[in-house]
Amino acid sequence: MKSKEPVFHIVKRDDLPLYKVIGIRLIAILLALAVCSLVTILVTKLNPLDVFRAVIKGAFGSTRKTWVTMQNTSVLLLIALAVTPAFKMRFWNVGGEGQVLIGAWAAAACMINLTGKVPEWFLIVAMSVTSIFCGAVWAAIPAFFKAKWNTNDTLFTLMMNYIATQLVACFAIVWENPKGSGTIGIINNATEFGWIHIGNKYLLPILVALVMTIVTYIYLNYTKHGYEIAVVGESERTARYIGIKVDRVMIRTLLLSGGVCGLVGLILVAGVNHTLTTTLAGGRGFTAVMVSWMSHFNPFTMILTSFLLVFLNRGASEIATSFSLNTSFSDILTGIIIFFIIGCEFFIRYSISFRSSARAKEG
Amino acid sequence: MKKLVALLLVFVMVASLGVFASAEKTVKVGLITLHDENSTYDNNFITATQEACAKMGAELVIKTGVGEAEDCYEEACNLADDGCDIVFADSFGHEDYMIRAAKEYPEVQFLHATGYQAQIVNLDNFHDAFASIYEGRYLAGIAAGLKLQEMIDNGVLTDANYDENGNVKVGYVGAYTYAEVISGYTSWFLGVRSIVPNTSMKVTFTGSWYDETAEKEGANTLIADGAALLSQHADSMGAPTACETAGVPDVTYNVPTAEACPNTYVIYSRINWAPYVEYAIQSVMDGTAIDNDWVGTFATDSVQVGSIGAAAAAGTEEVLEEVKAKLLSGEIHVFDCSTFTVNGETLTAENNEHVVDGYFAESTTQSAPYFDLQIDGISLLNQVF
Repeated sequence: MKSKEPVFHIVKRDDLPLYKVIGIRLIAILLALAVCSLVTILVTKLNPLDVFRAVIKGAFGSTRKTWVTMQNTSVLLLIALAVTPAFKMRFWNVGGEGQVLIGAWAAAACMINLTGKVPEWFLIVAMSVTSIFCGAVWAAIPAFFKAKWNTNDTLFTLMMNYIATQLVACFAIVWENPKGSGTIGIINNATEFGWIHIGNKYLLPILVALVMTIVTYIYLNYTKHGYEIAVVGESERTARYIGIKVDRVMIRTLLLSGGVCGLVGLILVAGVNHTLTTTLAGGRGFTAVMVSWMSHFNPFTMILTSFLLVFLNRGASEIATSFSLNTSFSDILTGIIIFFIIGCEFFIRYSISFRSSARAKEG
Repeated sequence: MKKLVALLLVFVMVASLGVFASAEKTVKVGLITLHDENSTYDNNFITATQEACAKMGAELVIKTGVGEAEDCYEEACNLADDGCDIVFADSFGHEDYMIRAAKEYPEVQFLHATGYQAQIVNLDNFHDAFASIYEGRYLAGIAAGLKLQEMIDNGVLTDANYDENGNVKVGYVGAYTYAEVISGYTSWFLGVRSIVPNTSMKVTFTGSWYDETAEKEGANTLIADGAALLSQHADSMGAPTACETAGVPDVTYNVPTAEACPNTYVIYSRINWAPYVEYAIQSVMDGTAIDNDWVGTFATDSVQVGSIGAAAAAGTEEVLEEVKAKLLSGEIHVFDCSTFTVNGETLTAENNEHVVDGYFAESTTQSAPYFDLQIDGISLLNQVF
């Protein structure tokens, strides 16, 4: 009783062996599924096995669903890859959403205004250039302000999201088709002019994501830029001391980050959705932050993490349909799953040691 | 890492074995709605489709909360993949995506409410549908007019309820400034004015099909401005509850609100989608073609006006019966050009292509409404496209 030592305390731990990391995550997923099925049973009185079957069906129930799952995984992965260099530099870029949207906006602007005036190859080049440029600029603005005047990167990038959303909302009215509908509809629906499809219409983001994964891995681990990013992330002062121009690294990295987000915007408009709405990015700019962190900035781990999130999300949505439940129910399930997945990171990074002697005495 | 991959793969393979059930013999209907049952608009589709499927012995899958974007196309395809014979989408913005899905699944019938492109794309398996709801709105307007007359007779109205020209003010909360809404409030207003000739109306738009706060705000603005009676074309309970709080009579759309608003609910009108879905199911069972662009009417029971509330004027039901009979016989027309002017001018066959025999022929050349003129007596507080 004299002891002031608490019942347990938390110790940071580094470099947990990989099998333990995977083990903890698997336990988290199993727990998440267990809680999900418990909630489902309590609320709906359904057999949990049927529910899990529905999860699989949602992601792989047909060829189309499998393709869409892979496509969604790729899009999420691409955004995660895009924000990763910034995070590795400890620049809190939570503006992926806005950077994707502004890239999408640029692509839609080209498609709507240039169709019929230029040859298709020119339109595609113009779309690609402007999308990547706009995304890059959108990310570089907060980087510039941070480099020059040390503004808060989190707030600034977050604010840029709202500006992008409102811009898109405004242009959804300017470009609405038909008038009065408040939506743009499918751009060039009849002619498919300026649509970028590689063979199968789901393939484009998948291929781009594969290439970008490898490129990002090499860029972060085997180039001078990657090294500079790592040093700035560890300690800005050290970076300055060894002669790295921190301002330049910051702006350059965010240009890259935003450029890739802009590219995602291009893919979403020209390759996937063929329209522009404020919900085009659908929160994936934020989910990508989670993917990047959970994967410890490793591009290859990100493949699995994005797949896992997309898989569970599609499964949850299928549950809602198969059992005639409200879509809010799938949001509840997704929430539970994400809670466990994020929660388990705590146990990966910290260990809990109990006051064993005190317990023995009291017990 | 490898373990994780292997585990996932095993998990996927084992589970996919048991997924697929055998094909169904009964007709299977898939319904795609923009919001869920909390929206009066979507709720109207959900209940009607459930009713039709139960009656026809068809199986029903409902997908709620499907946006007007790529996910509509994916969901339509998923429903087709899952063996649906009919896929029905309820929102205007779904149309482009439904057409894409229809091209990909020629053996599945795709139905779309409120759209206008079926006649343009002319596919065998893509169909638009709507109803002559302007006739229902007109009747609801007549009920509103009777209520208004009762209020005038009872001396309930104050000076604030009259505008500078001595007209009684009524108000309307609309979603967007486009044909479906314009046709709706104009026919409603013409109904009111056929009973109380000195009426003027102000319309405010929310810019959303479902925004409870904006609809409530809009209704409150109109009430503060002196509107003696309200109606709306937006899908939440925002306007009805605002009216109940303020004690202003309200004519609703899609669902009767007598339960939530016992003191102010007058009457409601709605499109009953059950006959259309039944017709589509029957066509699929018989292997016959479904109309490219279908218009429901009083005759098909697609237009419904009713559930007269406690706040309605006495004798409302009899008057409505009488007027409905005249509409059915063609004795009167809702958009009779002698009853309204546009910028001070009367519509004629010369200045408007839709004018036939002295009336604007709404919902005849196309199921979706196309009356989008601003008639005199109605002023718009804002415009949201």
